[in-house]
Amino acid sequence: MAAGMGGIRTAGDLVAWMQMTRKMKIDTAKQYVADKLGIDIIDLTNEEVMRQIREDLGIGIITSVAGSAKGIAAKWKIAELLDIEINSVNFFRSKVR
Amino acid sequence: MQDHILTRMGDGQRVSLSRGQVKEDLWAGTRDAAQRAEIPELTADEIDHLFDIFSDPSRIVSVPPGQEVIVTDDAVCTLLYLDQDNSGQGIPLSRLQSVLTYERACAADTVSIGHSDYSFKQVKPIINFEKHEYHTASLMTTAPFFYGSQPNMGLYFRPDGPYPNPADLLPQGRIREAQEAQEEAAEHLRRDMVYISKSLYEVGCEGINFDTAASAGDADFYAALQAIRHLKKTYPAMAIEVGMSSEFVLGMHGEIQFDGKLLAGLYPHEQVKVAEAAGADIFGPAININSSESVAWNLARAVTFVKATVDAACIPVHPNVGMGVCGVPVFEVPPVDAVTRAAKALVQIGKADGL
Repeated sequence: MAAGMGGIRTAGDLVAWMQMTRKMKIDTAKQYVADKLGIDIIDLTNEEVMRQIREDLGIGIITSVAGSAKGIAAKWKIAELLDIEINSVNFFRSKVR
Repeated sequence: MQDHILTRMGDGQRVSLSRGQVKEDLWAGTRDAAQRAEIPELTADEIDHLFDIFSDPSRIVSVPPGQEVIVTDDAVCTLLYLDQDNSGQGIPLSRLQSVLTYERACAADTVSIGHSDYSFKQVKPIINFEKHEYHTASLMTTAPFFYGSQPNMGLYFRPDGPYPNPADLLPQGRIREAQEAQEEAAEHLRRDMVYISKSLYEVGCEGINFDTAASAGDADFYAALQAIRHLKKTYPAMAIEVGMSSEFVLGMHGEIQFDGKLLAGLYPHEQVKVAEAAGADIFGPAININSSESVAWNLARAVTFVKATVDAACIPVHPNVGMGVCGVPVFEVPPVDAVTRAAKALVQIGKADGL
């Protein structure tokens, strides 16, 4: 916890997706996500910045707001935002076509 | 300036060491790693940096904003409901509740699920149940969601499995029979790992964690590497993380090779290259702890191995920082001062991509 990025509180999940799907080292993955979000790398772990960005983009927020994007709906948006394939999203899509 | 530094031994016992003793232990730790694996020692600047991390009087230490890394796990969510055998808390939660608690209360970068008897062999008879649980949870998780399990080839030997036990054969000098038993067990294990991973892929699995690889030695590692190669060729959309069981691949077989590389005796900076060649997306080295040495000695040693591994790697490296590896004492309630110092040192000096 002391050195982690903070998951969906911030942008930890987004950076993790880039390591998993593109084998990116940490600095490259952070830069890629920061560029997609249009923010500086230091703000990837800034709750005050990421909370609003996550809500605006519909990519899931840490607090529970009825009707807000979470789970597979948020991951669908994340796949589009980061231009990556997420297997669970692909599987879900195949069921709703 | 304090004359002494409050730190711990590798078994978690709190000790007060002189500044000179801490410095001496840091140098001895890095030299031990360098000599064993034939890798560079830490530089004097890096030892000074490590010393600063130890001499910080704060109980919890961390990295500055912007230096944070990704944290993956090996079924941490199961610890919420499992028992003391797994360092678990025994909270009456379902697996789904545990996964979501880990994601949203602990703010994990990635989450995972696994069978409470965390081995591929045990998963096979209940794979349909696991598929169901994984799929249901994957609809609700936002963070990347792994399925974790151990290759654990030891379960394939008698009395637990069908093959003769090398631990019985080797002391009798029946070397070739022991090797054949391991080759057959490795092929069986590979088939099971592929079958289970394929089954999970079919319901949208985002990532598989081959955790504690090579626990039964070189043939165990071979099975994992072969399974990774098959899975990444067939199902490239599913990430694979491979976490090791120790710093050194035991030569229980002794002659088994992957792509012409002898697996017995590989250290982490060599392990990562075969994992990479197989197609792994993330590699997790595990550096052993000597409980009779200080955390300073152990952490300097771990950072030396990890730095060499990151230098060699083209894929992200997430060193294991659970109980008993990579500078974390062998104690079921890992002291937070030691854990955070390990995390900080592995990130800042080891240049880890994650933990």
